[in-house]
Amino acid sequence: MFNISDNVTKVNLINRRLFIVTAAKILVFLGLSTRLYSLQVKDKNKYLTLSDKNRIRESKLPPIRGEFLDYFGKTIAGNNEVYQLHLIPEQVENFRYVSLRLKNILNMSERQFQRLLKKKNEVKPWDTIVVSDNLTWEQFSRVNSYLYELTGVKSVLSITRIYPHKEDFTHVLGYVSQANEKDVLENEDIKKKFVPGLRVGKTGLEKAFEKELLGENDIQRFEVNAYGKKINQIELQKGSKGKNIRLTIDTEIQKYCGELLKDRAGSICVMDIYTGEIIAMQSAPSFDPNLFLFGINQDDWQLIRNNPLKPLVNKTISGKYSPGSTIKPIVALSALENKIVSPQFTVKCEGKTEMYGQTYHCWKKKGHGFVSLKNAMKQSCDTYFYEIARRLGVDRLSETAKKFGLGERVFENLFFNEKKGLVPNTQWKKKALGSGWLLGETMITGIGQGYIQTTPIQLCLMTAQIANGGYKIYPKITVDTETNFLDKYEPLFTEKKNIKIIQDSIFSSTNEVMGTSYSSRINDPKYRFAGKTGTAQVKRITAEERELDLKTSEIPYEQRDHALYVAYGPTENPRYALSIIIEHGGSGGTTAAPMAKKLFKLIIDRHKLREEAKDNKFLDI
Amino acid sequence: MKNNFSQNTSIFQKLRDYDYVLLMSILILGVISIFAMYSTDGGEILFHTKSHFVKFSIFFPMMLILSFVNIKFWHAGSYFFYVIILGLLIWVALYGVQASGSKRWINLYFLNLQPSELMKIAVILCLAKYFHRIRTERINHFSTILVSLTIIIVPTILVITQPDLGTSILISLSGLIILWLSGLRIKYFVYSFILFLISLPFAISFLKPYQKLRILTFIDPDRDPLGSGYQIIQSKIAVGSGGLTGKGFLKGTQSYLDFLPEKHTDFIFTLFSEEFGFLGSMLLLLLYGLIIYRIIRTGLISRSFFSRLFCFGFAFAIFLYVSINMSMVLGLLPIVGSPLPIMSYGGSSLLATMIGFSIVLSAKINHNQNIS
Repeated sequence: MFNISDNVTKVNLINRRLFIVTAAKILVFLGLSTRLYSLQVKDKNKYLTLSDKNRIRESKLPPIRGEFLDYFGKTIAGNNEVYQLHLIPEQVENFRYVSLRLKNILNMSERQFQRLLKKKNEVKPWDTIVVSDNLTWEQFSRVNSYLYELTGVKSVLSITRIYPHKEDFTHVLGYVSQANEKDVLENEDIKKKFVPGLRVGKTGLEKAFEKELLGENDIQRFEVNAYGKKINQIELQKGSKGKNIRLTIDTEIQKYCGELLKDRAGSICVMDIYTGEIIAMQSAPSFDPNLFLFGINQDDWQLIRNNPLKPLVNKTISGKYSPGSTIKPIVALSALENKIVSPQFTVKCEGKTEMYGQTYHCWKKKGHGFVSLKNAMKQSCDTYFYEIARRLGVDRLSETAKKFGLGERVFENLFFNEKKGLVPNTQWKKKALGSGWLLGETMITGIGQGYIQTTPIQLCLMTAQIANGGYKIYPKITVDTETNFLDKYEPLFTEKKNIKIIQDSIFSSTNEVMGTSYSSRINDPKYRFAGKTGTAQVKRITAEERELDLKTSEIPYEQRDHALYVAYGPTENPRYALSIIIEHGGSGGTTAAPMAKKLFKLIIDRHKLREEAKDNKFLDI
Repeated sequence: MKNNFSQNTSIFQKLRDYDYVLLMSILILGVISIFAMYSTDGGEILFHTKSHFVKFSIFFPMMLILSFVNIKFWHAGSYFFYVIILGLLIWVALYGVQASGSKRWINLYFLNLQPSELMKIAVILCLAKYFHRIRTERINHFSTILVSLTIIIVPTILVITQPDLGTSILISLSGLIILWLSGLRIKYFVYSFILFLISLPFAISFLKPYQKLRILTFIDPDRDPLGSGYQIIQSKIAVGSGGLTGKGFLKGTQSYLDFLPEKHTDFIFTLFSEEFGFLGSMLLLLLYGLIIYRIIRTGLISRSFFSRLFCFGFAFAIFLYVSINMSMVLGLLPIVGSPLPIMSYGGSSLLATMIGFSIVLSAKINHNQNIS
């Protein structure tokens, strides 16, 4: 129960204390008003002058971009010094006159000159206009001798990107170019650090790692007089260079892949089957990314853009191909896993089968006779795989294919242009095409034709996971990305022996007589590899064509089949997997497999160096 | 005939007793803040403007609804509210969203909740309830002081470790004012101030390098290796150049300079006073003064100590935010992150302020009620 007299004392006490607080509040507010009065009324003119002249100017310099290093610490995207000419409009007394002078000194074309005049209206008067971003030494020295009479123009030694290996890393790294409005809108970091002339990544890893690569601007603040002349520097906030990023790629192997793909369109991926490290990722044709640094000229651009072999597309991650026979290990594995067939199960191949009113041809007209799983894989017999795919059904097949990474992005969200490909099943067809699945389509899927679409990097991952004994891995392209997914190294099989059977059958396909890539085998156990050929039809073969049976060289280029090859090695103790796709290269056995033979020699020779580099954190002596 | 002790006042009586002056002041301040935000966004309706508008449009009606909740419920839920917010603070310490080096937020998808902002209100509520029951002669007892100090110190320490110096100072001061009002002996305050001075060197070792720099810069603006002083200079230029009548809406020339990393939040007043001048800033100051006056007025006519203490405490808190923020912007105090109520961008501080207002409005309607 409250006691009334206590309440009264309490109220009195509170009110007394409140009075003191309120008095203090009033005093503080009066103080603030006085301060406002002195700033805004008494010293108004002083501050108005300061703000009118805005005597403090800030100039930001583009930060030095972080470098990309290969696995051995060699620079693959570095920095280079260039001479530039900058101009600040408000410091120039007669803009037109100065522009004309510059036009004469630098021998500018009329178009460049007009662009310079236009730029002036687009920027704020205190912003920097980059008149020329790559002066020759001669131009640079000539301009410097006139600078004393050209106020507001300054010559600058600037740092810019350089790609020493030209086209070898274009598709992996992408390229950098001037930041445009779109880049600024899309990316907060670019917005914060934007300065005229800032170069940012447009594609590839240059774009993916923008945040890390950007670094911090140098910020100079200085006082200027009413004419915009610098009086003194107030401070310099030192920026910092962006982070260096070390890739898992081996430049030697990457370059060699480029040589193998010379004058062709296609791609090669090489992967470590345990760590998922990408050893090489090459897409051809490529182009020189250095062209883009200072804005590419129209002719070069048209050449690249209109090239029918599509140099702008990174085929390793965005090229979608029918996997052809390279899918057969997965089909066979799926059949074993689901206990549809045993390894002893045989099919009689007569060169073609009649099913559901359709004829399904094997690539070998005469037929293979009775084939078991191993023989079917060795000779890539289509009839066998038609049969087991038919018994398996597309849904079970697609489940296994998805487990091995088909139909999903390999690098999650690293590359914005990576494609998922497509692993069809009955549900997908209902949703996408609105019609029911046909049994015939299952059979076609069984030999990697029809709806199924895969990217080269997916095929490489699939092969790696077969090679390592059927365990899930997460590919990575930068050294210090740790992939700690829960299901890393989870088994993708139900019975270990099934993977072993598949490995043996792939082995026989390369290393036993009658195998499809027998001619490309290496007998030395140090280098011996196992691989599966594939030939993906680009168009349906008509009955007449089947009769004609033309050689690859007799078919027009864009109608030829794609040649595919997936392989891993060395067979004794596998470590590396690769996938090769040559567009319109004819058959996998004749075009792609010989490349693998050359490549494996180099990869396995360099393995030792790689192992040494792994533990050696101090690469440069 | 009005019954002073009626427990269920009719809706008409509620509407008659409603504090319309306070309500209008809040609304006007909200409208001003949206325009200020629009100007800060460079005269375009960009992210901050949109977001602030949406938040105010949600929280203002929410405040209206909550103001009709009987003050008894606020009283009953005080401890509960405090414990919930304390739990959130601990949660943040463990799983909070990190931004620019400090963990202060819980991501709620539509709002990044900053529990430390809500704690500013919770601490006042909690202590108001605690001292509501305590008799005068027991106020200076050791146990009372111990409990009330614990209520203040626990969240303060949690917030300091986030680290968020500004908010932790505000939380502890909001709490101490209730102790002061309740009549804790002045000598204790003197003692603790001395203790504070002694512990200052230890506290400084807690500070992040940039915070030390800010304080040093304030003491000696010439020592300026990283440009913290530059912010103060630029802020003063902006305010001063506004002159008597200001440069006019959207005509501020200092905003493009980007010298203020926090122009939407801590430095919103700088841009406002550049554009509206001395008259504008005085108007804003008077508006805050009016709001504080209305809150104190409600406290003075309240029957229950709980309402009285809460109103006085909350009025002081509002006064603190305003004066610390303005002093900071006008170069009278070192830069500690402290938002201007309602004006500054930031969902959590807006939410906390609006909850405080709804309690005050509810106290006004129920000023005749006695809470036993």
